[in-house]
Amino acid sequence: MAETVLETHALTMRFGGVTASDNVNFKLKARELRCLIGPNGAGKSTFFKCVTGLLTPTEGHVFMRGQDVTGWQPHQIASLGVGIKTQTPNVMDALSVHENIWLAARRFHAVAEARGRADDIIDRLALGAIARTPLGQLAHGERQRVELGIVAVADPWLVLLDEPAAGMSAQDVDRMTDIIHTLTHSAAVVIVEHDMQFIRSIAETVTVFHQGAVLMEDHVDRVMSDPHVRAVYLGKNA
Amino acid sequence: MDLSFVILVEMLYAVASLVLISAGLAIVFGMMKVINLAHGEFMMMGGYATITAVGLGVNVFVAMLVIAPLVVGLIGLIVERLVIRHLYGRLVDTMLATWGLSLVFIGLATMIFGNTTTGISTPIPGFAVGGYQINGYNFFIIVVSIVLVIAMYAILRGTRAGLIARGTMQRSDMAAALGYSPDRIYMATFFCGSALSGLAGAVLAPLVGLVPTSGGAYIAEAFITVIAGGPSLIAGLVSSATAFGLVNQIFTFAISPVIGEVALLVAAVVLLRAMPQGITGRFFKDKM
Amino acid sequence: MERSATQDVLITLVVSALLIWIMPMLITTYTLTVLIIYGMLGLSLGLIWGFGGILCFGQAAFFGLGAYTYAIAAINIGESTVPMILAVLVPAVFAALLGAMMFYGRLTDVYLGVITLVVTLILFKFVNSTAGPQYVIGNARIGGFNGIPGFQTLNVPGDPNAYIWGVPYYYVCAVALVIVFLLVTWLLRSSFGRIAVGIRENETRMGLMGYDVAARKTVLFAIGAAIAGLAGALFANWGEIVTPNLFSLGQSAEIIIWCIVGGLGTRLGPIVGAAGLAYLKFMLGQQSMIDNTLIIGLILVLFVLFLPRGLVPAISGLFEATFGRARRRPAARRMRRARHG
Repeated sequence: MAETVLETHALTMRFGGVTASDNVNFKLKARELRCLIGPNGAGKSTFFKCVTGLLTPTEGHVFMRGQDVTGWQPHQIASLGVGIKTQTPNVMDALSVHENIWLAARRFHAVAEARGRADDIIDRLALGAIARTPLGQLAHGERQRVELGIVAVADPWLVLLDEPAAGMSAQDVDRMTDIIHTLTHSAAVVIVEHDMQFIRSIAETVTVFHQGAVLMEDHVDRVMSDPHVRAVYLGKNA
Repeated sequence: MDLSFVILVEMLYAVASLVLISAGLAIVFGMMKVINLAHGEFMMMGGYATITAVGLGVNVFVAMLVIAPLVVGLIGLIVERLVIRHLYGRLVDTMLATWGLSLVFIGLATMIFGNTTTGISTPIPGFAVGGYQINGYNFFIIVVSIVLVIAMYAILRGTRAGLIARGTMQRSDMAAALGYSPDRIYMATFFCGSALSGLAGAVLAPLVGLVPTSGGAYIAEAFITVIAGGPSLIAGLVSSATAFGLVNQIFTFAISPVIGEVALLVAAVVLLRAMPQGITGRFFKDKM
Repeated sequence: MERSATQDVLITLVVSALLIWIMPMLITTYTLTVLIIYGMLGLSLGLIWGFGGILCFGQAAFFGLGAYTYAIAAINIGESTVPMILAVLVPAVFAALLGAMMFYGRLTDVYLGVITLVVTLILFKFVNSTAGPQYVIGNARIGGFNGIPGFQTLNVPGDPNAYIWGVPYYYVCAVALVIVFLLVTWLLRSSFGRIAVGIRENETRMGLMGYDVAARKTVLFAIGAAIAGLAGALFANWGEIVTPNLFSLGQSAEIIIWCIVGGLGTRLGPIVGAAGLAYLKFMLGQQSMIDNTLIIGLILVLFVLFLPRGLVPAISGLFEATFGRARRRPAARRMRRARHG
């Protein structure tokens, strides 16, 4: 039985009178790939932010590898070996691709070791041609890829990705899918996603959010064919 | 009894003068998200405008309440067209540019009026309450501040210009999309803000000796009051002026005026640390 | 990378040796000394603002604190070595406390500006009001607006009677600036410096990578304050008196202007800006046609409007364009980001 790497107990987040995350109980095993879906405002992103420390939940607890990390700062959570990618590209625009990835590697390794690891990842992600280019000059897809490199270079055992495929071309999405599959060899991956095409191509187990709470949690095929899910989500989007 | 009356008046006066010196800055910051660090110099110029007008034989109240705001408002308009409008959306750059402008104005005033202290006498005599002497002019300042706040509220609430202004404060992009030229709104705002700064400088001029560097004394307090007030224009202005005015007066009475000033500054640091979005970022959220 | 570290050090040493030798033929060493001290002060803000993205409106507070610490310690101790060390430590510790309060509170931009400005004002008002005889620290009277005169000036370490002043003092200050410059160079090449630039570029990302952004900003802020404190102590020795004006807003404003004019995001810019503008002010002081505050103000406005990158990046950009050494460095963009946090 694989170890549970991420777990939430009755996680609740309220903004004023609005309950954005409502009593969410969530469990993720090591090396599992899980997609979180749901219509706009379903509470996926709020849940994501509570787990990554960007928000402190009003009630409930977050556990990572059994440790209570509720209310921790993002940098403390990241220091455990958790890789995080936020919804909007969060990169250092004035710095080169190599410098961006090196900075991530340097957090856990000495200078020379970090350089080696950064070079490796750049090769793996086929970023070699643009390694010295500042990120500000790159296309959206390339920037997303660099951010995945930033996440991957730190050798995380848990990866949290918020809409990694947003705004990418089909070719970029394919490459992204490969990278994510490689990540699952060593890490559990949570993906918050909107793009159903992408989810079909990558997901096994899917958690559906609706009005802040978990509506359903099952294999992607069963979720897609569930009439209730179609009603709240697919029906509106299709 | 007499003493408590005197203390009450002093407290009110401290709050009122903070409202007065911050109003112009608050309007410009609230509407345009521009911190005008030349605000103190605008006040200084209001003071000089008053003194010059009085010297030319104009009635002192006309000079303070009409001429000074107009003169300084026009100067503000010129500054907005020449400098500020090129820097919209660049908060730090506008701060730096207006800081440069403040130095320019100090230099100009020094060249025109000389580096000596000038002043006019207070036009309202003092009177006695029991054994204490009260400066009658303080009442005038309290009244001016109250009228100012009420006028601001009435304009924002009741007029079309106020409605546009409130819209711009909340969503300048939406206001623009509805056909209101942000350029003209900003121009008008800066004129009003500058005119208020001029008014404040003029009204306070009889209480202080005026030198070209007088503005420096105001800018820090105005800056603190506005930032600590937070996003809501009037509620923020009044609440933070009240908080700081009270702290200042309590420590002034208890210890000394210098400690009063230091206490005000310390209060500002504590307040901003506790409420980084300002008082109205946490309380009175949906007020104006 | 760009130039190698050894090359960088060699160039710095050769150029500064030449300058130290040639400049006294053009400007008196007395004036040069203060230009050097201002250069160091400019560098202190250039480091935290240009590379750390921390806009401090109160760098003068650390400058003044360094000067006062030196003066008070020198009177009490009667020699200069320990006071010099204290003058670096006290501002650094003060900045570390202040920085921790601000950065752990996640204050940025304007709020940082207000707090640093307010702290400067508090120090100014407080020191200004200590004219009475009851305000003493050890044997030193703080003296309020009169300042503190008559303290022990710099001496050879271990020999309190061997004063260093005049031309030798010029060399001491010049060498001190070169050392500080090299230390800053080293710092920026080190992981700490590269991480600091990363934080300037994107705090959230650095936090998500696992870096404790608040702690690192606090340390950088303290380093900047230490350099400013050293400059303050050197200034106290040069002027042989310390006054509350060292803490004034005008002084803080000038430091910011130096950085803008010289160029943020470069090591050299703030030094050039400081020395250049201070010299200009000195020259303007000798005429009475135009008020020099006006000119300094005008320079600031014009630079913000027309040359926001500052002199050094503009000139080196021109140089590169002319000689075609296309090193791809988007300096303008780097600057813009630096300034807006």
